[in-house]
Amino acid sequence: MISKMTHVSVYVLNQKSAYDFYTNKLGFKVIKDVPMSDDDRWITVGPPDQPGFEIILSPLTRGLFSEETVKALRELVEKGTFGVGLFTCNDIFATYEELKAKGVEFTKAPKKEFYGTEAIFKDDSGNWFSLAQLV
Amino acid sequence: MINEQYPKIYFYRRIVQAKLFIDTHYSLKIDLENIADEAYFSKFHFIREFKNIYRKTPHQYLISVRIENAMESLKTGIPVSEVCYAVGFESLGSFSGLFKRIVGMPPSLYIIQHQKLKAQMAESPLDFIPGCFAEKKGLLKK
Repeated sequence: MISKMTHVSVYVLNQKSAYDFYTNKLGFKVIKDVPMSDDDRWITVGPPDQPGFEIILSPLTRGLFSEETVKALRELVEKGTFGVGLFTCNDIFATYEELKAKGVEFTKAPKKEFYGTEAIFKDDSGNWFSLAQLV
Repeated sequence: MINEQYPKIYFYRRIVQAKLFIDTHYSLKIDLENIADEAYFSKFHFIREFKNIYRKTPHQYLISVRIENAMESLKTGIPVSEVCYAVGFESLGSFSGLFKRIVGMPPSLYIIQHQKLKAQMAESPLDFIPGCFAEKKGLLKK
């Protein structure tokens, strides 16, 4: 029986810039930062209040995929095709104001929904996430 | 264009500005009363609202930011005595005590543990990377 999810991959256009975005803008903690080669690292980050959950910052470069697939995926990520998941927070309005002040791009301001109040933001690659204060 | 007219927008902006002030000025001697003034709140009101949002008083939050930054600096190998003052503490004793209480070990041990882990990662990266990923990346020896 599956008990929980511990890792999820987020495909990013530039790992260095994603590292800066997820740590300095979203305030996530670096969980693993393992050098694999001169320009390749295994990096996982996660929300500070959720130990045991790691987001793998997977760079869309050759290695995992063919050149053709990398090109197609990069285009899709860049144009905001992928919604990766939902983050929750204690106070949606404060979190929204803080992230906006740090330069995070929102495509939806906080709005009441039947499950809580939700906003939507994009990471520096184009992946989008829901941010919600659930009821 | 997204609609930004939600209730108490200016209230939130003031609290967030105060939090961001702590985030960027933690290394200085911060007078929390001044922050309350700058946010146009009475000290009592400011502490209460800050705690409602961040679940810590401004003082507790300042301490946590200083300790977090100390952890990052210690990871780079900067000596404990330097880190202590660089993140805004005024006494090595209170820094070490708080660090131990929050992190669970004294700063000197934290440095040793981190350096050990870093060396292990550099020496045997495959011990830290899931096998499925290493296999797809072609990192495993056939």
